[in-house]
Amino acid sequence: MIPAQFDYLAPTSVEEALTALAEFGDEAKILAGGQSLLPVLRMRLNAPEVVIDLGRIESLRGVRDDGDAIVIGAMTQHATVGSDPLVAEHAALITKAVEHLADAQVRHRGTFGGALAHADPAGDLGAPTLALGAEFVIAGRGGTRTVAADDFFVDLFETAIAEGEILTEVRIPKHTGWGAHYEKFVRVAHQWPIVAVAAAVKVDGGTISEARVGLTNMGSTPLRARAVEAALAGQPATDEAVRAAAAQAAEGANPPSDLNGDADYRRHLATVLTRRAVLAAAGS
Amino acid sequence: MTRISLTVDGASVSDDVEPRMLLVQYLRERLGKTGTVIGCDTSNCGACTVHLDGTSVKSCNVLAVQADGAEVTTIEGLATDGRLHPVQEAFRECHGLQCGFCTPGMIMQSVDLLNNNPKPTEEEIRLGLEGNLCRCTGYHNIVKAVQHASGQSEVTA
Repeated sequence: MIPAQFDYLAPTSVEEALTALAEFGDEAKILAGGQSLLPVLRMRLNAPEVVIDLGRIESLRGVRDDGDAIVIGAMTQHATVGSDPLVAEHAALITKAVEHLADAQVRHRGTFGGALAHADPAGDLGAPTLALGAEFVIAGRGGTRTVAADDFFVDLFETAIAEGEILTEVRIPKHTGWGAHYEKFVRVAHQWPIVAVAAAVKVDGGTISEARVGLTNMGSTPLRARAVEAALAGQPATDEAVRAAAAQAAEGANPPSDLNGDADYRRHLATVLTRRAVLAAAGS
Repeated sequence: MTRISLTVDGASVSDDVEPRMLLVQYLRERLGKTGTVIGCDTSNCGACTVHLDGTSVKSCNVLAVQADGAEVTTIEGLATDGRLHPVQEAFRECHGLQCGFCTPGMIMQSVDLLNNNPKPTEEEIRLGLEGNLCRCTGYHNIVKAVQHASGQSEVTA
């Protein structure tokens, strides 16, 4: 199948893109890597008048060290993020989540910012960015603003990015030396996770001093498992202690029921995957 | 219509295309390169895999206009001087196919995999090819072919 007809714009700067967005408003759709948008256009689930391709804006690509944070340009491809040594050293949870995101071809084309702006609750990047307390830099015609991860994910496929705005970069506070693991449960290869858990832990002498746990596909947005985080702090990194803390993983979650599993199944899965993720992150 | 200029299998091409035209359509319908096939049409199966500026992509999930200025290699551009690429040769040696429909994509993805990891383990091969589906389920010989191409196994098919 092929998409309905549209006009195509390929701006070379963020300013140019914002001008185009202001001109066409909700008749326009932004194209990042296209790995979610193009299937939607092909199935004619959406038929924008104008497609604004950000692929020619070089300033939106790349990873840089910015003191206490690692900054990932919104148009940086997953494969680039996944192999970046700065990300691996200071935000290993992102590296782990990207490693098994979709498949190799999609990772070559899909972008970090595009996936986050798309905000699919089963997407692999929401939980780890939320868990690490990322900040989202959003450009509009009036300038840029920064939105905390807690406020970025609003609802199913909905973020804090307003009409006329573009996500330009994501700042990930450094978590140097933290152990990290992304535990993803899928039925078949390269599918969306039924549930996945992103865990980062700081272990000092066998004791978990701090933990961050994010949940994928346990509600309409990615979620922090704050009860688990609180229960883990100060606990030994043992199977028994982690199992007890992980039992609270689904607290406050409102997971969907679908052909892959009902809500109760997902709640149970969240506890199991949280235990596995935290233990793997702690290296025990 | 949008003007695009790109290199496909070593040849420079230039065309006016509708922005909605997919790269796979452009390759097949404009350039006649029907070696690249359309399998699922939902970006799941990987049969349409080509290389775009040196890395593998699903060409049903890229617009032709996005490939403006790029270098594209299809299954038809792998052989040199009438000699099959070592991965093509390995697929033939190991009988890494049944009906053959997924083969162009499997080979292009295998070449990409070996470019990044010249000596992959069996698990790395299976993970590296997870975006390519074989509905005959002939995966064992495909994995053997990739091992063979990487110089890691004898022909056993």
